[in-house]
Amino acid sequence: MVEQENKIGPVWVIAEQIDCRLLSVSTQLIGQARKLADQLNTSAETILLGDDIEKQTQQLIAAGADRVYLGNAPELAFYHPETYTEIIVNLTGEYRPEIILIGSTAMGRELAPLVAARLKTGLTAHCIDLVLDEDRNLEQRIPAYGGLLSIICPQRRPQMATVAGGVFAAPEPDEARSGDIIEVRVPDTVSDRIKTLEVVRDEPQGVSLESADIVVAGGAGAGDLDGWKKIIDLANTLKGALGSTRPAVDEGWTELSTMIGQSGKMVNPQLYIGVGLSGEQQHLVGVVEARVMVAINNDGRSPVFDQVDFGIVDDCREFVPVLIQKIKAYQEKKVTC
Amino acid sequence: MLNIVVCVKAVPDPKEACNIKIDPATKTLLRCDVPMVVNALDKNAIEVALQLKEKTEVRITVLSMGPPEAGNIVKECLALGADRGILLSDPAFGGADTFATAFTLARGIEKTGACDVILCGMASSDGSTEWVGPQVATFLKLPVVTMVKEIVASDGPWWKIKASIDGGYRLMQVKLPAVFTVTRDVNKPRTLSFSGIIKARKKEIEHWGIDDLGVSSESVGLKGSPTIVSRLNTTESKREVEFIKGTREEKAEFLVHKLIGTGLL
Repeated sequence: MVEQENKIGPVWVIAEQIDCRLLSVSTQLIGQARKLADQLNTSAETILLGDDIEKQTQQLIAAGADRVYLGNAPELAFYHPETYTEIIVNLTGEYRPEIILIGSTAMGRELAPLVAARLKTGLTAHCIDLVLDEDRNLEQRIPAYGGLLSIICPQRRPQMATVAGGVFAAPEPDEARSGDIIEVRVPDTVSDRIKTLEVVRDEPQGVSLESADIVVAGGAGAGDLDGWKKIIDLANTLKGALGSTRPAVDEGWTELSTMIGQSGKMVNPQLYIGVGLSGEQQHLVGVVEARVMVAINNDGRSPVFDQVDFGIVDDCREFVPVLIQKIKAYQEKKVTC
Repeated sequence: MLNIVVCVKAVPDPKEACNIKIDPATKTLLRCDVPMVVNALDKNAIEVALQLKEKTEVRITVLSMGPPEAGNIVKECLALGADRGILLSDPAFGGADTFATAFTLARGIEKTGACDVILCGMASSDGSTEWVGPQVATFLKLPVVTMVKEIVASDGPWWKIKASIDGGYRLMQVKLPAVFTVTRDVNKPRTLSFSGIIKARKKEIEHWGIDDLGVSSESVGLKGSPTIVSRLNTTESKREVEFIKGTREEKAEFLVHKLIGTGLL
């Protein structure tokens, strides 16, 4: 009995599905939850809400979950903030998790703070690493001010964090694993003051940033939309994907969906070229293990040059068109050879 | 009449924020006197309120929590056209994480009186957290929609909203009172006008401290924050840069050769 009281609660992952397809960030987080759970000598568990999603439970178990809390009902098909929050808060009261991890998706970014506020606990945004410290608190690492901040939530439980897709590697699925499934009832007390009328998803265009071998990312140094178009040209010439920093998005030159970094996309290219950006950690943590990194910036003292393999000190607005010319010349030569 | 509260945050000017560094020796922040400005997305939130005011009867209250210097950014919001400016400022509020910040703002919003719409920027440029809007909603027991990209209908008690999701949007119907966090797609914020600045001179900012909100010192600031910073580390780069030198033509040529050499072109 005493042993049971001292036992550390499970490590939870709030999994997510879109049209019954499990998101890769969910299995990535289960992989990390599995590691943390093993170190804490507790179980790794996950909540999955949706409709017609029984089949996906085996994927979660194969990724390392010991238990799946499954809410399977038509009214759960698409994320609803108040219903989902209610279910998770109720389950938390019953099973007392030590840690809850959520993907930094549109859903996770809204759901996580709603759950954390209801549970009166802490929540760290868009972590790039999660480890246990010497007191077995979850050390939640985020980039800031050219370094790394470690955030802990020492007094309250659960400890909550959001993590973007691509931060943790997907675990090798083990189809032989088994786990139990707990069915979750839909609460009947949820209000109807907020309704989803329609969900519209665009057809994806061009090379996806996350899977691109070549990424050209632009920043505020583009100067204006004209300068930005030159960076787009460079990406197209290299048949790479276009990425951006937050200042470029804030300027309105590009969509938020191109933003690389802690609160944007994680990329894993062979070649990364940063154009007119200063190398803020919030951006560069999004470039995971690129083989070769290049920076083009007019300030030779820019911190970006500490983080790349090749540096070009020049005005990107002038330099990029010349570079495009040279690349095209090489590409043509290659074709004719 | 529609009562709107816009929550705004004073953040280090993003153009100079890269000058804020961690001192490798002391592991403390070197701020280098970076000026404070209105968080960019909060300007979009104010613009939503200002555009509604052009169509219907609206009273806009701007609410911020921060050090006394943050009064300047509240003043700027008054010059943009807000009717009332309130700064929650008290040494006891210092060191707040997003949970304690949202709690304090929620108590401030309650004190402003009846409120139909609460608007926030989707995220802050300094912390990149997005928690304040949803958590304010939780403390006020109100519904919330985050990442609003378009307000489709705002006449009557049910608003119709388009909110961004990964690779698309969801169309939501929400009953007021409610909290919304907005993205930069929602509008293009206006800039300060000379007449606005003149008019705002006569408006006074209200300063509210912990006693005005009637909350305990245990529930705000550092004491009311579940999370703390346990370590501040500098990161070391694993790469060593090779600068490519020469004329512009030569640099481009050399870079192409380097890339060919790595097999990436």
